[in-house]
Amino acid sequence: MHPITEVHYLALSAALLLIGTIGVLTRRNIVIILMSIELILNAVNINLVAFSHVFGQVNGQIFAIFVIVDAVAEAAVGLGILIALFRNKETVLADEIDLLKW
Amino acid sequence: MNFLDQIWLIPLFPLFGAALMLLFGKFLDPQPVSEVAIAPGVEPVYDEHHGHAHSHDDHGHDGHHAHSPLRKLINFICPGMVLLSFIFSAGAVWQLSRQTQRVHQIIQFTWLAGLPFHMANGHLSTFQADWGFLLDPLSSVMILVVTGIGFLIHVYSTGYMAHDNGYYRFFGYLNLFVFFMLMLVLANNYMLLFVGWEGVGLCSYLLIGFYFHKKSAADAGKKAFIVNRVGDAGFILGMLLMMSVLGTVRFTDVNAILRSGHFTAETTGFGVLSIMSLLMFFGATGKSAQIPLYIWLPDAMEGPTPVSALIHAATMVTAGVYMVARSAALFQLTPSTSTVVATVGAFTAILAATIALVQNDIKRVLAYSTVSQLGYMFLALGVGAYWVAIFHLFTHAFFKALLFLCSGSVIHAMSGEQDMRRMGGLKDKIPITHWTMFVGSVAIAGIPGLAGFFSKDEILWQAYSSPLGSRLLWFVGLATAGMTAFYMWRLMNMTFYGKSHVSAEVEKHIHESPASMTVPLALLAFGSVFAGWLGVPKLWTLFGESWRGFEHWLEPAFTSAAVEAVKEGAHNASIEWVLMGLSVAVAIVGIVVARYFYCNKPEIPDSIEKAVKPLHTLLYNKWYVDELYDFLFVNGLCKGGGLFLGAFDRNVVDGGVNGAGWLTRFTATVSMWWDTWIVDGAVRFIAFFVKMLSYPVCILQSGRVQTYAFFVVGGVLLMFGYYVVR
Repeated sequence: MHPITEVHYLALSAALLLIGTIGVLTRRNIVIILMSIELILNAVNINLVAFSHVFGQVNGQIFAIFVIVDAVAEAAVGLGILIALFRNKETVLADEIDLLKW
Repeated sequence: MNFLDQIWLIPLFPLFGAALMLLFGKFLDPQPVSEVAIAPGVEPVYDEHHGHAHSHDDHGHDGHHAHSPLRKLINFICPGMVLLSFIFSAGAVWQLSRQTQRVHQIIQFTWLAGLPFHMANGHLSTFQADWGFLLDPLSSVMILVVTGIGFLIHVYSTGYMAHDNGYYRFFGYLNLFVFFMLMLVLANNYMLLFVGWEGVGLCSYLLIGFYFHKKSAADAGKKAFIVNRVGDAGFILGMLLMMSVLGTVRFTDVNAILRSGHFTAETTGFGVLSIMSLLMFFGATGKSAQIPLYIWLPDAMEGPTPVSALIHAATMVTAGVYMVARSAALFQLTPSTSTVVATVGAFTAILAATIALVQNDIKRVLAYSTVSQLGYMFLALGVGAYWVAIFHLFTHAFFKALLFLCSGSVIHAMSGEQDMRRMGGLKDKIPITHWTMFVGSVAIAGIPGLAGFFSKDEILWQAYSSPLGSRLLWFVGLATAGMTAFYMWRLMNMTFYGKSHVSAEVEKHIHESPASMTVPLALLAFGSVFAGWLGVPKLWTLFGESWRGFEHWLEPAFTSAAVEAVKEGAHNASIEWVLMGLSVAVAIVGIVVARYFYCNKPEIPDSIEKAVKPLHTLLYNKWYVDELYDFLFVNGLCKGGGLFLGAFDRNVVDGGVNGAGWLTRFTATVSMWWDTWIVDGAVRFIAFFVKMLSYPVCILQSGRVQTYAFFVVGGVLLMFGYYVVR
């Protein structure tokens, strides 16, 4: 049995980041996009925690907690904006919201 | 004191008086605004402010109007200024008579200095006119007449106008007139003479229209002004021609050139000098009321009577005679024009005399008499007897001023009545006026011993004997003399003798005029008797050469070989005695017939009038000349001209306006096209160009969040790629 090394953490983190990014870029539904952003943030968290363990420092873990809090706030604001948008445009599809076009 | 060098002051005294009156007179003689001047013989005028009608019946009754005591100052200033002029004139003339060379010219400054120009003969000359004064025998006679008689008439006016409003205005105009008249006779060139000439015309207009609230007076003023302008056009053309041919307008230079022998007399036909003299004579016919421009003078009697006496009898109307006499050197070279002058003069004399025979307005008779006597003067000028014309001017000034002032005195006594049919039997009621007018009438009729006889007889003799004269001219003159005696004594008889036709209302008010009026009358009567003795006929050998001072005094002004020839050798004593006897006989017959007709048997004139009704109507209506002129010029020219002007207005003026409008619209269209396509086009093209350039950039901004995110990710990957590959 191979021990779990930092490479595994990084691979998981890279996979999550990739999935999140593709989700953000390709999914139309804003709710899904927000969820994909959560994946990206969590990929970052895994990275931080992994390097914290490797270097034996607690800074990375503290920073990860900040990111979690930040992600909560971001999700709340993002969902708020989404509800306001839905009330005005009656849609949650990102490609139908193109008001800033020239 | 050297008066000769101070002659420039002579006209300035009355100018000062005029300026004082016209600028400050209002304060010297304040009067209610509502009370305008009331003319003698005006219909009652409704006075809004007082709410009652008042006529001129109060004329001559003291104390009706309360006048400012400062009026006395006006009485002092205005005649005083003329008296000063008279004193300076008399002094200057006295000093002139002591000189051997009886010409004194002072040039104060160059008044008009113009550009050089080419004269008719190709020489270069400079247009120039001085502000200068010339005192010679001719102008000395004129200034003495103007200031002397002018002074007497000013004094008379203080009495005559005492009850009129506009007192200061009257005296201001009168002084202004004297100023311009003195400029006219003292000027040393035609240009300056013309200044006076126009100035007296202006004053004449102002004074004829003195009672401007009367339409007839205002119209008469305009008529005088306009008719005079017609003549003035001729005068100006004559002056310009003189400038072009002789190169100067100064009297002394003109005479010197004309007498130098450079120009020969134009004995046949009309050369350039004849045209020049004809044009100047045309100017004289306007000012001196000759055919064809005499029509304004009778209407000028709308002015106050002293004005008629001063301006329209004694002085201004003789300006034409003076001007022709002043141009004697020119007229001596142009016998053709002289013939025209003599003929016009003779026929004006007889035409006016025939009209005077039947007029009933006392002033109108005298007006036509003036026209007639002016005709005599032109007859004398035309036959080359220049000194006789001035002599008649001199004597006529006395007796015609006297007659007018007497008629004014009669009108004053009659409360403004001017119609002789409503007079009669005034002899004992106004004795001084009667006796002075008697003297004047005898003088004008040509009874030996009084002024009119000497000058008129000399004119008739010259008309007969001069090479330029003829028996026809003499006969016309003689007939006029008979008519003159007749109409003057018709006037005397209708006014002073016979049965009274005065209405009871007027009768109560008849009174002799105050001393301010009767004293000038007496002085003028004195002049009317004795003025003629300055020119006793050569025939009366009993009197020596000293009794012919007038002729000798004027001789230098008119000397030329031609005149010498006329004077010598023409005297044939027996013929002259016969002619003199004839003219006296005609005068006496005229007087006697008039006496018989209008005093003894008043029914005879009526029966004659009925017998030759058409002729009487013709004469009474002044030969219908006014109507003819109305038809020809006033209606014909004005209305025809109106049609022409209407067409001109519609086609040319409106056409111009419309054309300008069209042009503006056309240019506006062009301008608009340019603006739309060129200016705006350039702006829009630049905008379009920029837009085209920006198009590729624009399509990047889709507005879709995910697209932007894609770019961000792409960019990040590119950067990573770059660092990895490097």
